[in-house]
Amino acid sequence: MQLRTEVVDISGWTVVSVYGELDVATAPDLREQLIELVNQGRSHLVLDLGGIDFLDSTGLGMIVSALKRARTHGGDLRLVCTESRITRLFEITGLDRAVPLLPTVDAAVAGS
Amino acid sequence: MAVVELEIPARPAYLSLVRLIVDAAVGSLAPGLSVARLDDLKIAVTEACSNAIEAHEAILADGPVVVRCVIDDHQVTVDIVDRGRGFDPDRVETLPAATDPRRLRHESGLGIPLMRTLTDEVAFSLDADGTKVSLTIYRPPS
Repeated sequence: MQLRTEVVDISGWTVVSVYGELDVATAPDLREQLIELVNQGRSHLVLDLGGIDFLDSTGLGMIVSALKRARTHGGDLRLVCTESRITRLFEITGLDRAVPLLPTVDAAVAGS
Repeated sequence: MAVVELEIPARPAYLSLVRLIVDAAVGSLAPGLSVARLDDLKIAVTEACSNAIEAHEAILADGPVVVRCVIDDHQVTVDIVDRGRGFDPDRVETLPAATDPRRLRHESGLGIPLMRTLTDEVAFSLDADGTKVSLTIYRPPS
């Protein structure tokens, strides 16, 4: 299955909405897209996972990688997700404490 | 007891198909299993298959990887069998605590902890030919 993304800039944040399955087959493409955004200077990223049907450890690792890259370039990465089957994976791995999960894009782009 | 077996080339593009087959086979042959538990199993199977594919890539072998679902009245077991170079699951690096800033240094190593958390039993068997991972979830009493 292909991964589809939509990118929009809101209040100084680049919001990337992701649709489809995020696994070892699709994560490399999203990784490249996020690297390209940071290289363009768009290092304040919001990753909206509301359209994700499936997430595995490769996808989680890719998100950690993107977070580190954004922070290295003076930015940050925030996640939007409320689906319990997805948020549960962040809780199991403890990543929810490293990358807070926000309920909406509005909440993610609020504040600095 | 019912057995459904699938053989795939060791390529990531087939992971989505594996999830579809596991969903259909276990969903129809083990009614009563919740959607959440089936989701857990599909994540664990994906993790094991990803490791199997990586093991094949390490030795430039194209597969196949065998995915075998064995369903009886009490449990569902999915075996993932590869012919790659085996690994020792007990030597997988332990990750720092989630509150430890060093935690973010680790982008990999999450697969086996997820398999262990999301299933009721995980067994690894290694031999000269490769690795077999057996993932079991218990069925609720009917």
